[in-house]
Amino acid sequence: MCLAVPARIVELRETTATISVDGALRDVDVSLIEEPRLGDYVLIHAGFAIHKWEQSEVEELEEIRSATA
Amino acid sequence: MKLPLQEIAGLAQRLTRPVQFMEVCGTHTMAAYRSGLHQLLPPNVRLLSGPGCPVCVTDPSYIDAAIELAGHPDIIVATFGDLLRVPGSDSSLEQERAAGANVRIVYSPSDALVLARECPSKKVVFLGVGFETTAPTVAWAISQAALDDRKNFFVLCAHKTMPQAMDALLHGQAVKIDGFICPGHVSVITGAQMYRFICERYRIPCVVTGFEPWDILSAIKMLLRQVVEGRAEVENEYSRSVSEAGNPVAQRLMAQVFEPCDVVWRGIGTIPGSGLRIRKEYARFDAAVALDVTFVEARVNPSCLCGTVMRGMATPFDCRLFGRACSPSHPIGPCMVSSEGVCAACFKYEKRAAA
Repeated sequence: MCLAVPARIVELRETTATISVDGALRDVDVSLIEEPRLGDYVLIHAGFAIHKWEQSEVEELEEIRSATA
Repeated sequence: MKLPLQEIAGLAQRLTRPVQFMEVCGTHTMAAYRSGLHQLLPPNVRLLSGPGCPVCVTDPSYIDAAIELAGHPDIIVATFGDLLRVPGSDSSLEQERAAGANVRIVYSPSDALVLARECPSKKVVFLGVGFETTAPTVAWAISQAALDDRKNFFVLCAHKTMPQAMDALLHGQAVKIDGFICPGHVSVITGAQMYRFICERYRIPCVVTGFEPWDILSAIKMLLRQVVEGRAEVENEYSRSVSEAGNPVAQRLMAQVFEPCDVVWRGIGTIPGSGLRIRKEYARFDAAVALDVTFVEARVNPSCLCGTVMRGMATPFDCRLFGRACSPSHPIGPCMVSSEGVCAACFKYEKRAAA
């Protein structure tokens, strides 16, 4: 199942990041993305961050979601 | 932001013949049914569901092999939850677990690796099922197991790659496909360029898209525009996540651990080069090699139409088991089991509406 929910990195320890999705926290692995940083929005699949979203990309998603809200 | 329904209707009026677009991602299938997109489209634009649910295309002989492994007292089978209820020849992992077999649901391949560290007296076998989105995460677990010199972690590998299946569907010509809605998160890994050969070889347009109803409708609009204008190109509606070249770290890791192989897709048959097997350098983590697993041809219900449905040649309503003998509480075919299966989606969102 592909969950296209942007998750924000709120803590970073080597290759493990704690991410926040609307306030819910969990740990994921960031080995598959380049240069993860605190505050980055990432796309999660099977416990791994697989893509870093730009702020503008997160805003685009919010706008798209408003089309069917 | 408005849904592009008027543009779709306008483009559909310019079509000289009806068209069929296929989505090949289980999450797209589910999203399309959940939001009722099929009913929103003009009558000359049809949406088909292809083999995009990884659980559904897993050969039942694989399930039988996993069940066989789970019967050994020194083995723990670790799996994503959606494989649990898929029927093999005589049983499912869920039934075996209820009877005492050691089957654990994990959220990530890395959880299976942690389980192996925590249970050194057991052999932990992770069921590696999924497309290009999942395969790098399993490649990572295998590469870590190699770094740790872990002796009790194995993967029963049934990973598959999507472009070869799309190629096989077009090559077989069993169903007319006028355009592909390409998977979102497979493309995050592979990049949008992966589908270019389809446009060039078959003159079929491809649009990569996301999972919101707006995304899927936009992809349909873009495909219609290509058909009307006589173009066959890869277009990327999902550029907020998908680049042209994809995720280089994930691609390197996959190439390091896996190599292409021929593999059987349930209901479709063997598709050359569409599987991923573990390379010889990592064979000690390959459950099929290290634990000497044999795959025996499985028995399936001959009335089940899942294979035909997954090729876009039938709808769930064409199956005489659908909604009668086969339902989400008593699934017979894999498409009814998985939350991403087309029969499950159709049962949940359309059967009630039709009743």
